[in-house]
Amino acid sequence: MSLLEVENVSRHFGSLVAVRDVSMSVEDGELRAVIGPNGAGKTTFFNLISGFLAPTSGRILFDQQNITHLLPARRVWRGIARTFQVTEVFPELTVRDNLRIAVEVAAGYRLRPWISRQAAAEISARVTDLSDKGGLADKEDRPVGELSHGDQRATEIMMALALNPRLLLLDEPTAGMGDQETYNITRLIRQLHQDHRLSIVLIEHDMRVVFHLADRIMVLAEGAMLAEGTPQEIAANEAVQAAYLGEVA
Amino acid sequence: MSMLGRRGPDIAVWLLLLALPYWLNWVGGYTSLGSRVLVLGLAAMSLNFLLGFTGVLSFGHAAYFGLGVYGVGLTIKYLVPSTLIGMAVGVIAGSIAAAFIGLLIVRLRGIYFAMVTIAFGQVFYFIAYRWNSVTGGDDGLSGWHRMPIDLGFATVDILGNDKAFYYLVLVSFAVAVAIMAALLRSPFGRTLLAIRENERRARFLGIPVDRHIWLSWVISCMFVSLAGTLYALLNNFADPHDLRWDQSGDFVIMAVLGGMRAFWGPLIGAAIFVVLQDYLSSETANWMSFIGLFFVLVVLFFPRGVLGIVQRRAAP
Repeated sequence: MSLLEVENVSRHFGSLVAVRDVSMSVEDGELRAVIGPNGAGKTTFFNLISGFLAPTSGRILFDQQNITHLLPARRVWRGIARTFQVTEVFPELTVRDNLRIAVEVAAGYRLRPWISRQAAAEISARVTDLSDKGGLADKEDRPVGELSHGDQRATEIMMALALNPRLLLLDEPTAGMGDQETYNITRLIRQLHQDHRLSIVLIEHDMRVVFHLADRIMVLAEGAMLAEGTPQEIAANEAVQAAYLGEVA
Repeated sequence: MSMLGRRGPDIAVWLLLLALPYWLNWVGGYTSLGSRVLVLGLAAMSLNFLLGFTGVLSFGHAAYFGLGVYGVGLTIKYLVPSTLIGMAVGVIAGSIAAAFIGLLIVRLRGIYFAMVTIAFGQVFYFIAYRWNSVTGGDDGLSGWHRMPIDLGFATVDILGNDKAFYYLVLVSFAVAVAIMAALLRSPFGRTLLAIRENERRARFLGIPVDRHIWLSWVISCMFVSLAGTLYALLNNFADPHDLRWDQSGDFVIMAVLGGMRAFWGPLIGAAIFVVLQDYLSSETANWMSFIGLFFVLVVLFFPRGVLGIVQRRAAP
């Protein structure tokens, strides 16, 4: 059975149809890329999966449970974590505190008015581990708002990872980054995918990143699904070339 | 930073407050002025738990402050002549009202939240203002005063002895402030900071944001109603003005003046406000315009408040 099963979802904004009858099924441990020209409905599609928006019609199953109308926080509790196209972190708090909040929430401590020494030490160890993995060890005590775009993005991804998700949704993780930063983030995503067998769905514009990372690719155009397949199949698909790849190249 | 270095300012504040009745006269003040600073400081710090550390602006905290005021006044006047029972009634009344009203308004954000808090606050104001037979209406609730506290082995005369009353205020203040400080250092407190910093991120970390804002609101209102009970005891009087929206505005001014990102900021703001008011109101009836001018200057030139300046200097 698939981990995520999206069945014929549509989303209307008034007369505009942002997402039209799209279906997708993501297997456990798969890395799926969603690509498409600007305005294709990729982010809206993501918002439907993560609960930021409710679909106008259609159904979303996660781990065989219907989550179509579940609140975002409850989807997180079931194991769906996401990042945003414009990085969303806690800018005035340090990298450590950003990660710590995520770790504490994941540990079920969010309502705790106190914390034992032992629990605090366990949390702290996990935070250190995440910050090392994200390449943030030497910036831990700086407010995230002061860091480079790439480091803010890495913090956001590690916060999502702190939630121990079963499915990670990444909305344009390399948007606005230079070559070196893009390389670092790509390596980080690859590592997470391989080391943790984490299922990932990512929206991406950078085709090098997409073809380097993805097991399968879904192409959206004008809100509808244009094609779906392995990177080789997508690269060879004429409709995709016409609608999208040709336009970029 | 060393432990003492980090704790230094806290220790200094507590020592100053502990010794206040013994040095305040020496610098030209008087003990009940100190009590006033502490009471309004507690109100402003309670408001700031919500404003500065959860990022939610309330313009209606006077309602819960006023429920504390009338709770203690009405209890002592009509029910039981006991200071502590009166305080308990005031705090419980304020907290229950906040819990119910909170349920209705917790989904609102920003200016809408602020406006609705004013609206609910005015409801309580008009009840106190109009219900002459019980609350004394426009004239306020008089004909009662704080009662000596019986500890079993000794009786503390907080009515005749200003210093004894100051220490009752200080103990209440210390308990409330210690609880708020501990909460802000806890995982729960960090979820509030998270909501202040970025509500969307908080929600997508799995924090049920509305519920946490509700909790922060109730905690904040509970301590502001505690401040209200102390304020009524300080004055031996309940004034309907204590419930009005401009009183809520005063709390916001105190918090912003002192620095709402600093834990002690609102206390400093309250001290400046109360001392200026005490000094200026003996000189001119238009004292509020001077406080207003001072407030504008601080907001223009030191947007992080008086403590914000100090902290920036101290930062490496």
